[in-house]
Amino acid sequence: MADAESALAEHFEELPQQRDAAKLGMWTFIATEVLFFGDLFMGYIVNRLAYPQAFALASHHTVVLFGTINTAILLTSGLTMALSIHAARADNLKLSGRFVLLTIALGLAFLAVKGLEYHEDFHEHLWPGSHFRPDLPAQAQIFWFLYWVMTGVHSVHVIAGVLVLCIIAWMIARGRFSAEYHTPLEMTGLYWAFVDVIWIYLYPLLYLINRYAAS
Amino acid sequence: MLSKKAYIGIWAALLGLLLATYLLANVRLGPFNNVIALAIAVTQMTLVALFFMHVRYEKALTWVFVCAGVIWLLIMFNFTLADYLTRPGPLHHIVNNRVGP
Amino acid sequence: MKTLGRLEPTPELFSLPELKNYLTESHTLSSWLLTTDHKRIGLLFLFSIGVFFTIAACAAAAMRMELVTPPGDLVTSETYNKLFTMHGVLMVWFFLIPSIPSVLGNFVIPMMLGARDLAFPKLNLLSWYLFNIGGLLALYSIIFGGADTGWTFYEPYSSTFSNTHVVTMIAGVFIAGFSSILTGLNFVVTTHKLRAPGLTWFRLPLFIWSLYATSVIMLLATPVLAMTLTLVGVERLWGVGIFDPKLGGDPVLFQHLFWFYSHPAVYIMILPGMGVVSEVITCFARKQIFGYHFVAYASMAIAIIGFLVWGHHMFTSSQSIYAGFVFSLMSYFVAVPSAIKVFNWTMTLHRGSISFETPMLYALGFIGLFTIGGLTGLFLAALGLDVHLQDTYFVVAHFHYIMVGGMVTGFMAGLHYWWPKISGRLYPERMGQLAALVMFIGFNLTFFPQYILGYLGMPRRYHAYPPEFQLYNVMSSAGASILGVAYLLPVIYLIWSLKHGRKAPPNPWHATGLEWQTNSPPIKSNFEATPVVTGPPYQYPTEEEREMVHG
Repeated sequence: MADAESALAEHFEELPQQRDAAKLGMWTFIATEVLFFGDLFMGYIVNRLAYPQAFALASHHTVVLFGTINTAILLTSGLTMALSIHAARADNLKLSGRFVLLTIALGLAFLAVKGLEYHEDFHEHLWPGSHFRPDLPAQAQIFWFLYWVMTGVHSVHVIAGVLVLCIIAWMIARGRFSAEYHTPLEMTGLYWAFVDVIWIYLYPLLYLINRYAAS
Repeated sequence: MLSKKAYIGIWAALLGLLLATYLLANVRLGPFNNVIALAIAVTQMTLVALFFMHVRYEKALTWVFVCAGVIWLLIMFNFTLADYLTRPGPLHHIVNNRVGP
Repeated sequence: MKTLGRLEPTPELFSLPELKNYLTESHTLSSWLLTTDHKRIGLLFLFSIGVFFTIAACAAAAMRMELVTPPGDLVTSETYNKLFTMHGVLMVWFFLIPSIPSVLGNFVIPMMLGARDLAFPKLNLLSWYLFNIGGLLALYSIIFGGADTGWTFYEPYSSTFSNTHVVTMIAGVFIAGFSSILTGLNFVVTTHKLRAPGLTWFRLPLFIWSLYATSVIMLLATPVLAMTLTLVGVERLWGVGIFDPKLGGDPVLFQHLFWFYSHPAVYIMILPGMGVVSEVITCFARKQIFGYHFVAYASMAIAIIGFLVWGHHMFTSSQSIYAGFVFSLMSYFVAVPSAIKVFNWTMTLHRGSISFETPMLYALGFIGLFTIGGLTGLFLAALGLDVHLQDTYFVVAHFHYIMVGGMVTGFMAGLHYWWPKISGRLYPERMGQLAALVMFIGFNLTFFPQYILGYLGMPRRYHAYPPEFQLYNVMSSAGASILGVAYLLPVIYLIWSLKHGRKAPPNPWHATGLEWQTNSPPIKSNFEATPVVTGPPYQYPTEEEREMVHG
């Protein structure tokens, strides 16, 4: 079974202090991530204010079905992640591991749907540049540029999250965690929920602009 | 801490809000379309943060760190828009004018 | 360890010679390259920033040589553009930003807090590797042709028109940005979670306060730079982007996002210097700091208000008049906490028993030069006057007074102050004083004429100029060569002192502060036992000194 003593690094006095430090570090990291994505949201706001019609027209070409499914997938993965931590706290690490695997599966499902969507977007000539759809105004390219960069950066975060979750699953399988010590699992949970939150904003901003006007 | 049931309840609420934001986007509500979409997103974020990220049970220090990122983001939005929204004439006009003929 | 040890064989002193310190702990290369000891990582950073400083200083030397004569005869204008870009990028991101935080901060913060290490030692090491990878990418860009955009990478030139190695340069800065995020994260968490028993927030040394404020800026500003530069890089590679006016994008948006980072970054480059000066002034005036709370709060105020002023870099862009007014007003506000600090230092000096060791000379130089640099900053924050001074040598002189006169001087003060702790040796005092004096003279001769040049209307970033500006340019170049000598001196005598310097006692300056309560150099875990703090900082004059006066 997990030995809480062995998890204590030598420069900390006790385990709760180490856990608090990790948590504070993770929240600090999330604050930097907020501003990392915030930069893109700033670009989005200014350009959407300047070109509301072009943005609405461009948004109507997003595949709203895929976007909605993906939102549901990510929200559900947030639940499985929370339940995994819940199980770990109750010292049910077998269940916790299963929920982690489920979260990984949902993360991969998100990426798969995103891949299909990218494929379709590409075929619809929604890739800004010389081959961009001529029936859309020039400023629609700004929308699509932001779409690719925002969802792209977000997907990179999902991929990173899946990789870290794989390590966590391995650590659980090796019996590294216990009800007292499962800090890496909790930290990954925070990160995963943050990735979820970013998508919560991307969904309406990219897929739903004036959706009622779409044919 | 929350029970398993409560977690599932929050998840159901999140999916309900997703459905709401999708359906309401298909109704013409003028400026309220954006307001509603953002209000729902903020609600969803709050639910995720408070319960899935356990902020509700955290000490004041964690709250400060959570808020810091958001406040700084608002500083960026606020002061940048202080420029864009006070330029003379409509925004696209200004941008295009500088581009030249 | 010294002669005292034989006369009074107290247990600690007796056991000292056999005790390993962090330097003698192990000698293999991997024990340095894979170390998680904050003290060794600090030294690794010292080495890295030394290399980058030298390269960037060479670029500055080449520019000053070119500017001795009015025509552009030494280098072509293209080369000149690459020189100032190289100088700016390397100095800002690969020297100034990591200088005090990553070297001195890394070394002394855990000791000042009574901790055994930073909260995340592995992240600390990662920070050094990221820094070097970023630096190597920037060097790659420079060696294979360089970039000519200036350190500001202004759009749309950087994405559309420049045909130099902009992408690798940006990638280098991007990666180095994560290094400073990790450093900031480590400092913030360490300050919150690893303080010694009894070390409450208002017992913290002011160096900690100023580095905490610095870390806040690093954490909340750097990610914006990272993403903005990513957008420039993507736009360059892809051919479209949100700053591209061809599609209706706005290059001024780039300036907003860039300065949202880069103005607060100026405070990353000055707050740590202020922290060092607060330590040094009070120690060498043998007087408690005047208005401790004000100095501490002023650091935080600078960190926060510093985020609200960025638009003063954009008065001559298409930014609205209203925004210009707001940013100008906020810029005046941010001067207040800086002024509070200067007044507090001055009051600390007032009726102190001042001695002029090298760190003190640098600290006094800092106060003077920073004040000049800060006050001329107010000229530039004035909406009307800035139109005349924008992009002239006045701006160049202003920020060099802050960056070089302030931060580099502060760095030298700190390096000399903590050198006995770092190396376990004393540097030659007379040489140190001489170098500090030469640096002060050389600095003023280099940069004061640039204020006049700028006021007379000489624009920055040109390799040729009308003959009437020659006198001031020659003065500036002459000053630069003196400054060069002044930088070389400490390199020589500090390295010399490593072998030949006198052995340093644990507390050569009779300073307060936990870092002086351990050996010089300290053992790997800093303290034999976790220290307990019972009183406020800066209890000068110390107990013994008081007894000497009264007894």
